[in-house]
Amino acid sequence: METLQAIDGMELVYKKPSTLTDTVFHYCPGCGHSVVHRVLMEVVEELGIQEKTIGVAPVGCSVFAYHYLDIDMQEAAHGRASAVATGIKRMLPDKYVFSYQGDGDLAAIGTAETIHTVNRGENLLIVFINNAIYGMTGGQMAPTSLLGMMTSTTPYGRDKDLIGYPLKITELVANLPGAYYVTRQAVHTPNAVRKLKKAITRGFQNQDLKKGTSFIEVVSNCPSGWKMTPVESIGYLENNMFPQYPLGDIKVPQDGK
Amino acid sequence: MNNTENTNNDDVRLMKGNEALAEAAIRAGMDGYFGYPITPQSEVLEYFAQECPKRGGVVLQAESEVASINMIYGAAGTGARVMTSSSSPGISLMQEGLSYIASAQLPCLVVNVVRGGPGLGTIQPSQGDYFQAVKGGGHGDYHLIVLAPASVQEMADFVFEGFRLAEKYRNPSMILSDGALGQMMEKVVLPPAGSLPKTKYDWTTVGKPAGRERNIITSLFIQPEKMEQINLNLQAKYEELKKEVKFENFNTEDAEIMLVAFGLSSRICQKAVDLAREKGIKLGLLRPITLYPYPYDRLRELAAQVEFFLVVEMNAGQMVEDVRLAVEGRKPVYFKGRMGGMIPSPEDIFAEVETILEKQSISQE
Repeated sequence: METLQAIDGMELVYKKPSTLTDTVFHYCPGCGHSVVHRVLMEVVEELGIQEKTIGVAPVGCSVFAYHYLDIDMQEAAHGRASAVATGIKRMLPDKYVFSYQGDGDLAAIGTAETIHTVNRGENLLIVFINNAIYGMTGGQMAPTSLLGMMTSTTPYGRDKDLIGYPLKITELVANLPGAYYVTRQAVHTPNAVRKLKKAITRGFQNQDLKKGTSFIEVVSNCPSGWKMTPVESIGYLENNMFPQYPLGDIKVPQDGK
Repeated sequence: MNNTENTNNDDVRLMKGNEALAEAAIRAGMDGYFGYPITPQSEVLEYFAQECPKRGGVVLQAESEVASINMIYGAAGTGARVMTSSSSPGISLMQEGLSYIASAQLPCLVVNVVRGGPGLGTIQPSQGDYFQAVKGGGHGDYHLIVLAPASVQEMADFVFEGFRLAEKYRNPSMILSDGALGQMMEKVVLPPAGSLPKTKYDWTTVGKPAGRERNIITSLFIQPEKMEQINLNLQAKYEELKKEVKFENFNTEDAEIMLVAFGLSSRICQKAVDLAREKGIKLGLLRPITLYPYPYDRLRELAAQVEFFLVVEMNAGQMVEDVRLAVEGRKPVYFKGRMGGMIPSPEDIFAEVETILEKQSISQE
């Protein structure tokens, strides 16, 4: 691909990171996944760690993450991404390893792997996209779906008496001694994106310290699954999701950075 | 050790099958082991936990067999020489991961120290996982390379062979053992360390250097045309694997009746052959060593030679189906099995041969 040049007389202030491939994202309009992909790869580019980074893709909407991220990657079975990442990191302790997982993957079918990976303090980064729905399979209830939320498998709204409560797995893993850095971020505004970028940078840099797991939840939207316009979905995030999943750091290392 | 009979520097020890297997793995240059305790193979993880911190190699007790096989997936993807072990119920939990590993074509070694089932079953030895081991086990069209040891010595030797074949064919290998072979102690000559060379692969996910395309390890090929091509590649590999078939002939040259048995059963059958030979009955034994690939051709040859086959297994009759596939109705194929952790005796097997002979002579009168 040709290098982007600024138009004559104008300054180039923004371009695609070299660590993203030229493949067009398959994500729906307004979806947060592509923003998170981009931020991840901006960090990998800026830290200069493309040659030392290995990612693990999940099963879910981001199953094809490796089409876009220009790094060595493995595609895991549903829910097993953190176990796969553990296997990679144990063999290559000086490389940067991350898993990228959705809510069904990380907080339903992969709950055991998630908790034990963090509890062992595996020295890797887990990026957790919580959009409260199964997007890939067509909008079914996720473990993080809100009470009253209408999905294709809770057509009358999520009823706590029938199916229980939204799982706040990020608070849960923050209680584990192996968790080094736990934060909840979003990508619905430019400011939120900047904060996420700082968190992801930290998630990679923490791996140099070998002090435990970095766990970043991104509360995101799913306009298609939520049956909303992208703009409406941002409103739903602010009015419904953030009260249940408040943004901000949950566990910050006390020693140094 | 002080062994006066051992004049040639061989490292001879008295060991449990599970321990010999673990010691052999360390000598084979294993880089990582990921496992979960289950009887009757917990000694494998215990041995590594004791030895790896001193002698190198990663050892990790996972939270489940589901996790351990997926750690194997990740670790094998870095090009490391890795293995896991379990027993029947745990191997069932690994089937999802094995299907992914076979599809992504990752080399690794999986050991099944089989116990009686189905269900939680018993901790006593069994061969009830034959179908699961040789026919695929998980979803989709794939095969493991399957080796069946019959002694503590082979528990050690087949670790080397298992790694060698897995890496040569980029395919998971399985050692299909059983609770008796895992627990019993025998003399074993340990293979020397460093005798299994390592290959540097170009497909591993170790970080993408500038100037090379990224490496992707996946089993997802959403276009059916591509997925069919992946399947064709796998089938071509399995065809190629046929040349690795291994079996042992025991008194087969002049045999008129042929026992067929693998693993522990084959060992018992050797005694049954001795009993028969003492009474002038020309009994022989064919022992498949590789269960996948399977010695169909050798069995077809023997069908021209013998009166009938008797397949002996510690299950309800699984490998007997492959013998029948090979023999294609040319000669009768009988079956003698014990289940649920029970082991047939040489006398039981010989008595079965005599019963069949008796029935045949009655029907001929």
